[in-house]
Amino acid sequence: MSAGEARARLIWDRIAVRIFLIVMSLVFLLPLYWMLITSVKSNEELGITPSTIWPQQWHWENYTAAFDAFPFATFFGNSLIITVLSVLGSVLSCLIAAYGFACIEWRGREKVFYLVLATLFIPFPIAIIPSFDLFAWLGWINTFLPLIVPNFLGSAFFIFLLRQFLLQIPKDHLDAARVDGASEWQILWRIVLPMSLPAVAAVAIFTAIGSWNDFIGPLLYLQDESRQTLAIGIQAFRTSHDIQFNQLMAASLMILLPLVILFFAAQRYFIRGITLGSFK
Amino acid sequence: MIGFLAFVVFPIVYSLAISMFQYTGLQSAQFLGLDNYGRMLADPLTWTSLGNTLYYSAWAVPVGLVVALLLALAMNRQVREVVVYRTALYIPSLAPIFALSFIFIVLVNPGTGIANQLITLFGGQERDLLAEPTTAKLVIVAMAQLGAGNAALIFLAGLNNIPQTLYEAARIDGASPIQQFGRITLPLLTPAIVFNLITGVSGGLQVFTQAYIMTRGGPNNGTLFYMLYLYRNAFSYADLGYASALAIGLFIVGLALAVILYGVSRRFTNYEVAA
Repeated sequence: MSAGEARARLIWDRIAVRIFLIVMSLVFLLPLYWMLITSVKSNEELGITPSTIWPQQWHWENYTAAFDAFPFATFFGNSLIITVLSVLGSVLSCLIAAYGFACIEWRGREKVFYLVLATLFIPFPIAIIPSFDLFAWLGWINTFLPLIVPNFLGSAFFIFLLRQFLLQIPKDHLDAARVDGASEWQILWRIVLPMSLPAVAAVAIFTAIGSWNDFIGPLLYLQDESRQTLAIGIQAFRTSHDIQFNQLMAASLMILLPLVILFFAAQRYFIRGITLGSFK
Repeated sequence: MIGFLAFVVFPIVYSLAISMFQYTGLQSAQFLGLDNYGRMLADPLTWTSLGNTLYYSAWAVPVGLVVALLLALAMNRQVREVVVYRTALYIPSLAPIFALSFIFIVLVNPGTGIANQLITLFGGQERDLLAEPTTAKLVIVAMAQLGAGNAALIFLAGLNNIPQTLYEAARIDGASPIQQFGRITLPLLTPAIVFNLITGVSGGLQVFTQAYIMTRGGPNNGTLFYMLYLYRNAFSYADLGYASALAIGLFIVGLALAVILYGVSRRFTNYEVAA
């Protein structure tokens, strides 16, 4: 192949790759675009066949209507409380467990770690009924506790992810601190935590997405109207036969927005978190 | 450790135990032995829902792997504005499934939805995709592809781990791009493929929310997925003993699939360079 041919091929290659990526991006963004335009259409415009791909008029009042259609602020607050406490619990418990698996030597450590890993293969359905009974027995139904407390007990995937990261911290650092008389807690907070912030951030972000978008948990455990989260509240737009799609989409976008902001703020951590320790 | 006991050992033992009872959560339980399992095997809806779930997984997982791999290969081509594509392709993964489910109801609506406009554009017949069992399942398969961003990033990381020197050597030996892909890229990507495959299958077996919102299991039980059937038995019919037997059944199916997939993939997996 001559230099000119190689160059032509390279340019062609770049163009083809770009076209593919642009088309795929558009396909992936189409549902979000449709959400946006649906959210500002009037009820009449929603009924037009074929549907308009650009709104005739922008009815931003759908957003205020959506806000008033169910106790949005209350549910938003509920979702926020659950998410924040879940993130806190998840980060704390997984970091401590990962520290135990990565930085402290103890007998049987590897075996226990593999037990924890094995839990990755246990499907969630098997836990539904036992957990429900357990929470009912504890009197936790209709409280936020079933949605928060399990996070304080660690999750195999995040422990795994953090452990992979902590293993990269040089042993000498930790031993030097121990010689200086630092307790394990001090080492964890003062040395290990600052060094593992990217991985901790990834765990925090993934927990936040999971909690914020959780549908099954609130569906099972929350019945009281004032305690619902956004995921359940949004069903208010679905009356028996009719769905108020414009308001529904306005509410959906308001729910999605915090996550998109989080994504842009922490994009680096996202990418690292996904790619890190994913297979080893 | 407490977490492990509370959320792993306890559920399995407890599920096994209550699956032997006629148990509603209210009245005292009545011991049935293995009757629930017999009933499960004789229940046509068990097989319908299992079939639907396997059908869904058999489409969603392989298609998902191919889509994610193509996206990763394209993003790996070092185009300058890759961040833009990465963002566009990842953001749908952030959207809650319940919200995507509602927008898909709009997109495939027979009168006004864009999906039908596309079908008629290409000369097809306008139809209500959610009103037919097979197309309803395929709509849910299509929707699952919006979550390809996660798997694509894992593939991308795998691609980055492949040493460039291998490609250079292959090119000197005169290997075509297709040969390079088949002999270098694919074999060295197997750890990522296995990871995405296992997580994909385990997620596929638990498909629930989409059907709960979009179709309520219909039409004609066409999207009655296993999890939805389990949920109904547990929380609509308050038949917790039977639902537990179903949960154990799914656990066994999932475990069997994981063992088979892992066993098959291990033969092809190359951890040497990528690890």
